[in-house]
Amino acid sequence: MTLDNIKTLEPAQLRQEMEGLKAKGFDFLSNLIGMDWGKEGGLGVVYCVENTNTHEQQWLKTATADREQPVLPTVSDLWDIANIYEREAYDFYGIIFAGHPDMRRIFLREDWVGYPMRKDDKPEENNPLRMDNEPLADDTTEYSVAADGTVTTKKNTIFGPDDYVVNIGPQHPSTHGVLHFRVALEGEIIRKIDPVLGYIHRGVEKLNESYTYPQTLALTDRLDYLAAMQSRHALCMCIEKAMGIEVSERVQVVRTILDELQRIDSHILFFSCLCQDMGATTAFLYGFRDREKILDIFEETCGGRLIINYNTIGGLMADIHPNFQKRVKEFIPYMRKNIKEYHAIFTGNVIFQNRSKGIGPLTKEQAISFGCTGGTGRATGWANDVRKNHPYAAYDKVDFNQVLRENGDSFDRYMIRLDEILESLNIIEQLIDNIPEGNYKEKTKPIIKVPEGTYYQAVESSRGEFGVFLESKGDKSPYRLHYRSTGLPLVAAMDTACRGFKIADFVTIGGTMDYIVPDIDR
Amino acid sequence: MFDFTKVTNWIDALLLSFLPGWAATLVECVLVALVIITLYAVFAIILIYMERKICAFFQCRLGPNRVGKWGSIQVLADVLKMLTKEIIDMKNVDRLLHKMAPFLVIVASMLTFACLPWNKGAGVIDFNIGIFFFLAAGSIGVVGILLAGWSSNNKYALIGAMRSGAQIISYEVSIGLVMLTMIVLTGTMSFSEICQQQADLGWNIFRGHIPAALAFIVYLIAGNAECNRGPFDMPEAESELTAGYHVEYSGMHFGFYYLAEYLNLFICAGIASTIFLGGWAPLHIWGLDGFNHVMDYIPGAVWMVGKTFFVVFLLMWIRWTFPRLRIDQLLALEWKYLMPLSLVLLVVMALCVSLGLTF
Amino acid sequence: MEVKKRAKIKSFPYEEFKDNETYEKLVQELNANGANVIVTQLDNLIDWGRSNSLWPLTFATSCCGIEFMAVCAARYDIARFGFEVTRNSPRQADVILVSGTITTKMAPVLKRLYDQMADPKYVVAVGGCAISGGPFTKSYHVLKGVDKIIPVDVYVPGCPPRPESFLYGMMQLQRKVKVEQFFGTTNKKQKEPKE
Repeated sequence: MTLDNIKTLEPAQLRQEMEGLKAKGFDFLSNLIGMDWGKEGGLGVVYCVENTNTHEQQWLKTATADREQPVLPTVSDLWDIANIYEREAYDFYGIIFAGHPDMRRIFLREDWVGYPMRKDDKPEENNPLRMDNEPLADDTTEYSVAADGTVTTKKNTIFGPDDYVVNIGPQHPSTHGVLHFRVALEGEIIRKIDPVLGYIHRGVEKLNESYTYPQTLALTDRLDYLAAMQSRHALCMCIEKAMGIEVSERVQVVRTILDELQRIDSHILFFSCLCQDMGATTAFLYGFRDREKILDIFEETCGGRLIINYNTIGGLMADIHPNFQKRVKEFIPYMRKNIKEYHAIFTGNVIFQNRSKGIGPLTKEQAISFGCTGGTGRATGWANDVRKNHPYAAYDKVDFNQVLRENGDSFDRYMIRLDEILESLNIIEQLIDNIPEGNYKEKTKPIIKVPEGTYYQAVESSRGEFGVFLESKGDKSPYRLHYRSTGLPLVAAMDTACRGFKIADFVTIGGTMDYIVPDIDR
Repeated sequence: MFDFTKVTNWIDALLLSFLPGWAATLVECVLVALVIITLYAVFAIILIYMERKICAFFQCRLGPNRVGKWGSIQVLADVLKMLTKEIIDMKNVDRLLHKMAPFLVIVASMLTFACLPWNKGAGVIDFNIGIFFFLAAGSIGVVGILLAGWSSNNKYALIGAMRSGAQIISYEVSIGLVMLTMIVLTGTMSFSEICQQQADLGWNIFRGHIPAALAFIVYLIAGNAECNRGPFDMPEAESELTAGYHVEYSGMHFGFYYLAEYLNLFICAGIASTIFLGGWAPLHIWGLDGFNHVMDYIPGAVWMVGKTFFVVFLLMWIRWTFPRLRIDQLLALEWKYLMPLSLVLLVVMALCVSLGLTF
Repeated sequence: MEVKKRAKIKSFPYEEFKDNETYEKLVQELNANGANVIVTQLDNLIDWGRSNSLWPLTFATSCCGIEFMAVCAARYDIARFGFEVTRNSPRQADVILVSGTITTKMAPVLKRLYDQMADPKYVVAVGGCAISGGPFTKSYHVLKGVDKIIPVDVYVPGCPPRPESFLYGMMQLQRKVKVEQFFGTTNKKQKEPKE
């Protein structure tokens, strides 16, 4: 979707405008993107707010010319998720948000020099490999702007001297990767959680700025490797729409089928890992047994198991394998049968029910405020499925239900995923016999140059809304390519969900939130 | 039924024929210790192999199959590796306690292992308060675990140890009460007498019918919890506490915990089979004399080990099926359900015995 | 002949392994001063134990970690080799499979994990990222190969490597372990990195 109606605001107007939008029902802040528009444009932020009832989106931007001490007003009191998004913008661009209670770096080390995403920063020269242990501050800074424009600072404490802080991560079996939670405990009860991210921050967004468009495609698969198809689908779609390429019906349908297969794959892995985390090792293996069937299908058609690299600008890398339809058709009843087995071995288990019902609940308001899309949001009753709200590919041609539940606790988050597997199977079943004939790839120019402009494309990835924000200056590489992470809001909500629960529940909550760390850190 | 005292008396006589009394006793002690330690190691290896194979088959896998035939000497390789692995000396630990803890655990486990009656006349530690001794010796293990957690100077280890302390001490109550229930039935605390009685009168689980069967279930649950095994493996809950109380142990010190875990499982199952399933007493069915006669030909040790492995298999089945409990649920299970139930069982059993309602 | 005998891997002929030259050179270096017969037999025994009981540390940073889980799962079943006992505490692990990108923020943590492991310890660099930075090698926040901070024994290329290559890499590591010496001399491992 081309964004030609971005509203430009002066920093001074921002607060008032945002408060007005929030009051009008724009209660979901889907994007907060730091930007560097160079010397003239200054440092700024692009916001995207969405009305959760009408699904109307409003894009806004603001900028400040001051590069020494860029200060913008915070919106972290309006949307909870802005807290972490603004820290990200501070980390990458050095933009200070006045009134933000916790202005610390979030991805990079606290002793990092410079702001790497600024166009004039030289991160590698300023930051040699530091092998000393990372400093972790127990207090943080809040900036505020007085009426005359002077910036004052205030200290806030994160953990006091009396807190018994346990580090969960960065190397810990239950964090599913390298995520670091500093957890203040009182006995077994969690008092506070402070996530420290960036252990797998690979600088994908910065890399993209120096890569050509086809090259940028390779990195999307490696962000959320359990949503490789969907992430790449989003980027391809974004570039195709920007360049005005119409892909054939066949490509649309195949992409839809593969997206759904990927979703099943991810949800099976979710089930497996949750079982593993909760100590039911056998159920873990059952999940992997079935996952291999999907990987077989992927392997035959796409050549890869995990990193698939199948979508490309203008279509697909190769046509589907002759066995594809047969294999998928065999898989559908097989999986339906095995879902019953999952329920028998794990869902019905009284220990699991006791450990998940009522544990780590999020209300609908919290989920929206934190921007927890995907299954986590739908478990609270928030209908946030991009496939329904902003249909793309072949989703408007198929009939499927958006699975919703009420309680928003761990059990609901778990059930949502298992039910979504069945929904995905329905979608595939409707499409698999009706793959239209057509080109599997449109012809594109050898060098792809996206026309100048700003573009955004969202898809429903395995764990929520995955968005691609592309700003192009008409070159062969993007000026700014931002991905809306599906996992970052989930991690941000961990503190709210876990407080007052036991440390064992942390594992359940973390497992059912279903985040993938490289996608959070990008 | 073959009486093992014939063998022991023969050895005793042989030694006494050329040694003074004290020296003969000394030699016998050393011999018995050697046998016990060997058995301990052999059973540990068998159990670990068994667990790995059983869990593999539950999980649609093959399990170890490349070292030796069907992977049968896989565990030997593990033992060799463990023996030659470095034991790290750490700076901020309480040295003495840190090094003592694994030995306490293994000593407690060996002491209780020695309580098992293997055959008629083949019990190492066998005296009139055998069950009492078993409970007392078994409790030393928890001290080792607590010390490990405390001395490691590691938050995970500390939490794991505290959990373990709370868990084991709680479940000890149930185990004690259930054993008391069975003592009411048998009227003795000596393992050899309990077995002899069952050989003469029938297995306790049949003699004590309903209360005994319930007590058996309570014992299995509580015993599983005592061994810190899933679904009660909170102290080392991998996904929460990485490795729990033994997180800082390496090499053979860790090996001791690993061995003790499996042997405790075996001991737990062994006591279950001694107290409830007749120990070395063969299966006798009333009225089928021919069958009973055949059963008598199977040596007692085979019965004992067979029953024990059957119970071990049950416990492994549970281990690989259920998810883990949470610590508060675990304690609630004990204090709210198991302990009242075992108190009731004790009373019911006492009534049954006094009214002559047992077989 | 001697080398072939010692480095035998069940049902995998010596000739079918890649890069036997490097391997033989390593063996020559190890045995440069000759070896005592009895000591060699004891070494053989210990190496047999060690090579068949390489317990991996549960360590995964990204995509390769999922493939590692697949290796542990039903179809590929690393348990056949006896490697399924993944330990969560580095103190109890023998081999660290560095699967995934190591960022500069993670580097000190990885080094610390490696230091926490008890000897003998081995490192397998799994996947392009761990070997050289892989697709992210141009990034400002990615370590260009874990061999810059810890000595690596086996490299398993791929992005991510297929489960089969995991197993092949582990077998190569087994071969390496099988010719090590326990008594008398230290193993000439790769030099400690300079940085």
